[in-house]
Amino acid sequence: MSSSVVHENSATPTFYVVDEHDHPEGGSTMFGFWIYLMSDCLIFAVLFATYGVLGGNYAAGPSPKDLFDLPLVAINTSMLLFSSITYGFAMLTMDKGRIGATQAWLGLTGLFGLAFIGIELYEFSHMIHEGATPQRSAFLSSFFTLVGTHGLHVTVGLVWLTTLMIQVKRYGLIAANKRRLMCLSMFWHFLDVIWIGVFTFVYLMGMLR
Amino acid sequence: MKRFLAVTILPFLTMLTACNAVVMSPSGDVAAQQRDLIVISTILMLIIIVPVMLLTVFFAWRYRQSNTEARYEPDWDHSTQLELIIWAAPLLIIICLGALTWMGTHLLDPYRPLDRIAPGKLVDKQTKPLQVEVVALDWKWLFIYPEYGVATVNELAAPVDRPINFRLTSSAVMNSFYIPALAGQIYTMPGMATKLSAVINHPGTFEGFSANYSGAGFSGMKFAFLGLSDADFDKWMAGVKAQSGSLDRNAYLELERPSENDPVRRYGSVDAQLFTAVLNRCVELGKMCMDEMSSIDAKGGLGLAGINNLHPLEYDKYTRRGAIFAPPATYVARICTTEEEARMRVSQPLLSPRDISPVLGAGLPRPVSAPLFGAPRRPSNS
Amino acid sequence: MFDNPALLKAVFGRLTLESFPYHEPILVGTFAMVALGGLALVGILTYYRLWGYLWREWFTSIDHKRIGIMYMVLGIVMLLRGFSDAIMMRLQQAIAFGGSEGYLPAHHYDQVFTAHGVIMIFFVAMPLVTGLMNFVVPLQIGARDVSFPFLNNFSFWMTTAGAILVMMSLFVGEFAKTGWLAYPPLSNIGYSPDVGVDYYIWALQIAGIGTLLSGVNLVATIVKMRAPGMTMMKLPVFTWTALCTNVLIVAAFPVLTAVLALLSLDRYVGTNFFTNDFGGNPMMYVNLIWIWGHPEVYILILPAFGIFSEVTSTFSGKRLFGYTSMVYATVVITILAYLVWLHHFFTMGSGASVNSFFGITTMIISIPTGAKIFNWLFTMYRGRIRFELPMMWTIAFMLTFVIGGMTGVLLAVPPADFVLHNSLFLVAHFHNVIIGGVLFGLFAGISYWFPKAFGFKLDPFWGKMSFWFWVIGFYFAFMPLYVLGLMGVTRRLRVFNDPSLQIWFVIAAFGAVLIAIGILSFLIQIYVSIRNREKLADFTGDPWDGRTLEWSTSSPPPAYNFAFTPVVHDLDAWHDMKRRGYTRPLEGFKAIHMPKNTGTGIILAVLSIIFGFAMIWYIWWLAAFGFVAMLAVTIGHTFNYKRDFHIPADEVIRTEGERTALLAGAAQ
Repeated sequence: MSSSVVHENSATPTFYVVDEHDHPEGGSTMFGFWIYLMSDCLIFAVLFATYGVLGGNYAAGPSPKDLFDLPLVAINTSMLLFSSITYGFAMLTMDKGRIGATQAWLGLTGLFGLAFIGIELYEFSHMIHEGATPQRSAFLSSFFTLVGTHGLHVTVGLVWLTTLMIQVKRYGLIAANKRRLMCLSMFWHFLDVIWIGVFTFVYLMGMLR
Repeated sequence: MKRFLAVTILPFLTMLTACNAVVMSPSGDVAAQQRDLIVISTILMLIIIVPVMLLTVFFAWRYRQSNTEARYEPDWDHSTQLELIIWAAPLLIIICLGALTWMGTHLLDPYRPLDRIAPGKLVDKQTKPLQVEVVALDWKWLFIYPEYGVATVNELAAPVDRPINFRLTSSAVMNSFYIPALAGQIYTMPGMATKLSAVINHPGTFEGFSANYSGAGFSGMKFAFLGLSDADFDKWMAGVKAQSGSLDRNAYLELERPSENDPVRRYGSVDAQLFTAVLNRCVELGKMCMDEMSSIDAKGGLGLAGINNLHPLEYDKYTRRGAIFAPPATYVARICTTEEEARMRVSQPLLSPRDISPVLGAGLPRPVSAPLFGAPRRPSNS
Repeated sequence: MFDNPALLKAVFGRLTLESFPYHEPILVGTFAMVALGGLALVGILTYYRLWGYLWREWFTSIDHKRIGIMYMVLGIVMLLRGFSDAIMMRLQQAIAFGGSEGYLPAHHYDQVFTAHGVIMIFFVAMPLVTGLMNFVVPLQIGARDVSFPFLNNFSFWMTTAGAILVMMSLFVGEFAKTGWLAYPPLSNIGYSPDVGVDYYIWALQIAGIGTLLSGVNLVATIVKMRAPGMTMMKLPVFTWTALCTNVLIVAAFPVLTAVLALLSLDRYVGTNFFTNDFGGNPMMYVNLIWIWGHPEVYILILPAFGIFSEVTSTFSGKRLFGYTSMVYATVVITILAYLVWLHHFFTMGSGASVNSFFGITTMIISIPTGAKIFNWLFTMYRGRIRFELPMMWTIAFMLTFVIGGMTGVLLAVPPADFVLHNSLFLVAHFHNVIIGGVLFGLFAGISYWFPKAFGFKLDPFWGKMSFWFWVIGFYFAFMPLYVLGLMGVTRRLRVFNDPSLQIWFVIAAFGAVLIAIGILSFLIQIYVSIRNREKLADFTGDPWDGRTLEWSTSSPPPAYNFAFTPVVHDLDAWHDMKRRGYTRPLEGFKAIHMPKNTGTGIILAVLSIIFGFAMIWYIWWLAAFGFVAMLAVTIGHTFNYKRDFHIPADEVIRTEGERTALLAGAAQ
């Protein structure tokens, strides 16, 4: 904690930056968004923990074995994984500055996302139709909430994706748009990672319970 | 600055003279040991706190701006020795306190069966502890004495120097069962059973109440705890037994409804299965018990067939107002009869959690050492 | 139209005429006062034509200094509300003896203590702490603003929206009657069917968004925007504590959001997370809410520790003793904050080993805290202590806080907690640390940085009045509660039987009156200071002989904070600059790149109030409108790419020239 080191080294210290340039806008956006994602991750952590605690409380009702359709969920998972790959291609083409290709890949990503949401909604409506509603047991409450919250995030991602596609179309691949696409990219891959957790923890382990 | 100290200490001094600081002078052995821990921990911490407070005042006065005689070293900001001391001193205190905490917490675990009834007086292996089943209702207390087959409301009695084993639950919301003179509190929670072991060493009437806010009638949720000599207890029990009232399931459902500032009630007989039924939330005939439900769930639930095994719920504390976006409230219907269930519980207790108290040292003889605080509060009979 | 119940329900949800408490004289009186006060305020603002000024310069401002000041105003206004609740409770408990029911019926009293807790934590302590961090941190690290200026404005307005919802519950419907953490099953729809818990949920959810985003913002600011040369170990201690606090916010508030979301699903959709039947588990809620709740108290106290560090060092005229250990102590407290939550419910039957683990981790926190106290002590040692107001608050803190710390460690001993849990001893303990720690810290911070924010000092006489009434009032109000706790009195009781308790409650009520005079003196202090601002003015920008960068710029600082970004060589950067002959640059000014004001934040907050209100009262069409409108405004906002501008070099030259003249004037 000695303060004398600096004194010897710099006889005539500068106390301010004379030749200063504008700070690039959004210099900490990526970092800030990353922190936001971590906080979002904690929301999922709570939901996972809730499912972990309540997931076995069927209230003398149906259990995962009675309800889950693994082949359907596998298709669903592949939709989301494909969408991550196509988003990756969108980012690659964005780096090369090819607007048309970027838009095409983004569109494809959106379609995969839509397919994912569609299949999930089908699964939900099927379960509710059978009477396995969120109100039936604590297991079903935590299942619908965990999977539904993920689905809600994907939906938000789709709205965001659409907005960005319009903005790219209108303003081109300017720095601000590139930054936004990067953020959405992090968000989208983050949801992929969460889904892998859901798939493993809820569906696969649920079938083994 | 002196004013600070005076103001700080004054209330504590006054407190010592106050005669009714029940936490500081309890009548039960468990509460007395808890009190001892409070006193020891406080003294341990004062070893640090008092010097800090004195130093604060002293430094503030000594190094005031107008005192130009005091040394002034504006760049002095580090001293390894001092840093070692200021981290080590609290650390040492906390090590002592931590050890004390670990021991105290295990010895005074409310779930641990008592091994002594007063300092130096071990529990006689022959005496059976008094069993009391406690149900926190809105807003009154129900006490069931399973050995005697009676029940009381808002009045609890126990013989002096006989260990009491409480099992507690709640009918609707969380409460906390607390008799400051007897022992520390324990929560009562719906669908869950908690336990408390305690003993009362002095005869007398003590106050008991709920220590966790539970709604509108919370302030009136008090009961009298009577510490009685063996003879008085027998007399009291005979009086309760002579009461004509009987607490069966229907009477319980009537009693359960919210009411405030209830008078003492005594029931000469009580449904033997009542506490188990309350704990498992199946006093209403036709409602599936929680223990049955969890053993079904442990085997994988009832499948799709079980989905519609529901009955509409008509009453739950208030006229049931369900969630706005939910179908009308229901409950899971029972699939066995009450008698079948009772038999099942006798033959194989449903999913009782594994008892790990032996692992934690419960029931082992307590280490022999001199009592930390004074002689036993009452001369021993032996 | 009015005799068609279905239509009425579709239009107004469950809002009826009966929802307005016109039959309760206390509330009607309060409403009349608030309404008259509000009208008077609106009248004054209109008369002096201040609306445009407020809108342009404050409401839509993305300047971290103005947002910080607005947070402080919000906190102080809400302090008045939270304190009124406190006075009402003290009065009720002082008179409700010997068969008297007091003057508050249960349904009112239960709302009062719930609202008191919620308001004091979420809408007094949080805004005041966030406000100070917002104002000071960018100045201390030599930045021109925070990382995300618009987000900062938005966060403030969301916090305000939450506060407004809580205030609305006073006159439309009712607030929760569950205690400030709303434990289920009591807070579930079956046992609390009224709107109170819904007000609670939506107010906290909306304010929580603000808190979380401001946490993200400040973390990014501190990590990314420090002046050149300011390494992490040259960060001012207040900024360090702000960093740790915001890390805690980011890591704790999502848990609150999630657990309240689950509670609202239980209440709206009928799920079974925390219900008694169908496999729900109320203990889940208790665990989760305290996983947020315990870090929350460190979120509040850490910045206060930072303030005391700055104040002690400045007013002792001395480098802070043991900077490194101070930083490590802060970080250790941050981490340990997550390992102690169970000590809030030792009495729920967790078993001896679990209880001792959490008891001992709790005690371990007292080690770094103790080290901090010693560090302040040895900062005073061989110093030249000036007893200005901030320093007085610090000394009062050191003497008071150690008592609270001691009773805290006592409560961490599980067997002791079994007799003291939920007692008035506990109430005394946490008021001892929150008033004696957080609040004293905030007052120290306010009187310390006020001249920086406004260019004149606070009036010392009324400041000392406020100080003495607060400190003595605190001891009178809470020492009796310690005693009552040891007499086995539990909290949240409305009426009492034992007449021997009454004297203690009367003393406590007297203490509350003293605190009321303290608050009044504080308000007078602000008024008097504004009136005498010429006399109290400070042109140097450095009234206390400060040590950190915020004192290097003018008071109040220009919009751009620093005409040239400072370069940092030492821990106490400004002290170092003064010592080594820093001269203020007088030429070479350039245009400065700054973010532009925007009204999106306040619009979104208003829409979220509408949305929250509609959800509380089941007015679905309005909720749908609010939601869609919020979404549209958010998306619309992203289409605005022109968010920045340059302050022209001329203006910078003019501003800096004025300061040169002022400094010359001050030097004469």
